[in-house]
Amino acid sequence: MKKLSVLLLGAVALATAGAMAAETPKPGGLLKFAVSAEPPNYDCHAQTSFAFIHPVRPHYNTLLEFDTARYPAIKGDLAESWTVSKDGLTYTFKLRKGVKFHDGSMLSSEDIKATYERLRNPTAGVRSVRQASYADIDTIATPDPLTVVFRLKKRNASMLSNFASPWDCVYSAAKLKQDPRFPERNVMGTGPFTFVEHVAGSHWTARKFDGYFEKGKPYLNGYVAIFISGAPMVNALAAGEVVAEFRGHSPADRDRLVKTLGERAVVQETPWVCSLVVTFNTKKKPFDDQRVRKALSLAIDRRGGAQALSKVALVRHVGGILRPGYELAASEKELVTYPGFTNDINASRAEARRLLKEAGLPNLSFTFTNRNVAMPYTPVGVFLIDQWRQIGVNAKHEQLETRLYLAAQHRDNPTYDAALDFNCDFMDEPNLQLQKYLSHDRSPINYAQQTDRVLDDLFDKQSGELDKKKRYAILREFEKRALEQAYTVPTIWWHRIIVHHKQLKGWHITPSHYVGQDLADVWLDQ
Amino acid sequence: MLRFVFHRFLLMIPTLLGVAVLVFFMLRLMPGDPVATMLLGDAGGANIPPEVIEQERARLGLDLPLYVQFFKWFWSVLQGDFGFSMWTGKSVAYEIGIRLELSLQVAIMATILAVLLALPLGTLSAIFKDTWIDQSIRMFSIAGLAVPSFWLGMIIILLLLSYFSWIPPLTFTSLWDDPWTNLSQLIWPAMAVGYRYSAVSTRMMRSSILEVLQEDYIRTARAKGVVERLVVARHAMRNALLPVVTVIGLEFAFLIGGLVVTEQVFNLNGIGRLFVQAVARSDFTMIQALVLLVSVFFVLVNFVMDLMYAFLDPRIRYR
Repeated sequence: MKKLSVLLLGAVALATAGAMAAETPKPGGLLKFAVSAEPPNYDCHAQTSFAFIHPVRPHYNTLLEFDTARYPAIKGDLAESWTVSKDGLTYTFKLRKGVKFHDGSMLSSEDIKATYERLRNPTAGVRSVRQASYADIDTIATPDPLTVVFRLKKRNASMLSNFASPWDCVYSAAKLKQDPRFPERNVMGTGPFTFVEHVAGSHWTARKFDGYFEKGKPYLNGYVAIFISGAPMVNALAAGEVVAEFRGHSPADRDRLVKTLGERAVVQETPWVCSLVVTFNTKKKPFDDQRVRKALSLAIDRRGGAQALSKVALVRHVGGILRPGYELAASEKELVTYPGFTNDINASRAEARRLLKEAGLPNLSFTFTNRNVAMPYTPVGVFLIDQWRQIGVNAKHEQLETRLYLAAQHRDNPTYDAALDFNCDFMDEPNLQLQKYLSHDRSPINYAQQTDRVLDDLFDKQSGELDKKKRYAILREFEKRALEQAYTVPTIWWHRIIVHHKQLKGWHITPSHYVGQDLADVWLDQ
Repeated sequence: MLRFVFHRFLLMIPTLLGVAVLVFFMLRLMPGDPVATMLLGDAGGANIPPEVIEQERARLGLDLPLYVQFFKWFWSVLQGDFGFSMWTGKSVAYEIGIRLELSLQVAIMATILAVLLALPLGTLSAIFKDTWIDQSIRMFSIAGLAVPSFWLGMIIILLLLSYFSWIPPLTFTSLWDDPWTNLSQLIWPAMAVGYRYSAVSTRMMRSSILEVLQEDYIRTARAKGVVERLVVARHAMRNALLPVVTVIGLEFAFLIGGLVVTEQVFNLNGIGRLFVQAVARSDFTMIQALVLLVSVFFVLVNFVMDLMYAFLDPRIRYR
């Protein structure tokens, strides 16, 4: 009954969200929202966390952006229009006229060029964590102040989506020329809000940019991002001290907030581009044996686990290496043919026992390394250990703080047996999600240590394939091999739940907690 | 007396030096890389090349031999420069400075509350030993010892939320800027912490007074016909305060960096929370500075306590 009422409320909320489009935005108001972590510095190009995106992104624009109401559709942000050449090697962007930086200077194609040069080839002392995303760019040309042309060395199916990355804040070329590290300590973009103050450990304040290029926007007078987490954050939401938190809540927090806020609560939910994967250290026995890895994957009842865990943790969806529901992800019909994804768990486990016996390890024991982060790592870790116990495998659960956890999976000297690894991306895109499955020398985030040139070749083929149908077929080949070899195997995909106050309007949930956070369209119904 | 003060002051130097050496090398002996934690900890999907991690390690000076790192850091500390946070890149002094006012205020408020409760309650409890007054005060103080401050804090927050749909302000306002807002935020954690603190001190005060009341000079004072009120106030309390001062001093020093969970419950941007964040982020420079800061507090509080002993007990300064 309780579940039903929550679902009904969610349905009402989504219907309300749908109706929001028809409402006329009201200008004014100060948005107070919670951020459960804090950005280490102010440079978009060097960041990986939502803790940065949520307070900082509204100060900047990007070339393109995701249309959150129609995700994963892309729309222009600083680019008014764009074309892609037939060979897929040239991307031409026409910029909007009259875009100003917060210091009053005008945006031109030189700013775009300087930004992307910094991203793909940072000068000494500058940190860009997205060089790999733009490694295929050959040249960047600026034929006139409002045109920028990217020429690629080879075709890249993810390139257009990359230009919508929320991390690629456009900086002033003049400021970068004066000091390439200017963005680390200063916030100066073209975005809808200007920076007011950042009180470390406490809050981040911004006010409306009067010179914003979209007339009438932003609607808000400003915002305050308050750094608060855990139960105090839920209390703050319940008391109305903040009206939203944009990363995600656990089912228990959702239920508590819905109960406390009643009709004042709006719930938005969606599958999340985040997954937990089990990684086996293939440099260590017995995980160098494909039969052992496959057996451990076969033992996991992903469907039963998703049902049970979704009640207590923010995981819910069964999928392969791409997010379930994404257009390039495996269909249910294809999924059930992969090892570990069948509907008949007893048959899977019988096969798992047979494989372990064949490998001479019917009573396998190992240590399972996990992060000491409660949600969702602990419940998923406990679930996996129970799954393996059911085929006679004894796994010791070792939960480590982040530093020790990363040290155990060190690239050159990994000490772990098997670990629960995580993967969160800013968009659904095989070039991002497949990185974990590439060979060790091709991917900095492969902790399984394997070398598999078949997978590498399939990755390159799909990456250069612009035809979606052909790309889909290559991806299935990749997925089948990856799950058969089981160097790294998906467990259960995350489910994003946002509870916000009814007065917050114009914000749409997407499968990524990194996109749709410029707050230009957000308004308060007060 | 001056010689006594100078001697005690000199003893602080080797203590702090030892702390500096220990904290620096113990941090480096622990497994794990602070740069990997910083770049990979929050986003497993980040495709960060190893070269970038190496560049960042070099930028932070983590690629230098350990002894070079230590002497560079120690020389800066001697000049009053604690360096920059490895996580935020901001000056460590700035990061600590913006949080110290809050932590000091909570510690001072909790101490005042504890002293105001402990001294009269402890004394009353001793004077009326085994009566209903004593039993009530003992129950009150034992409850204070048994209930963790953070739990009491959670109960306070939930009660405020349930009955008034209100919680204390989430961001800090200085007492000098807006006393009402400041107190409406900090009175609750001060109460939660001060209650436990008062319980410890009340118990100490009671047993100390009971012990002193058995002394010969108390019997002498009574035999001379001094009224009981003056016996307690002039002769017993002053002597009984010695161990209580020790407890109050140590608790005060602890409160500067030890309110980790209470700060989390009330979302206070204090030193305790900074400490936990620095450890979670492997922010070496910040941890080193915070450990030194807390050590300085402990050493200073001990120093002040020594002076107070000398003031309260003339035998110490004449020794």
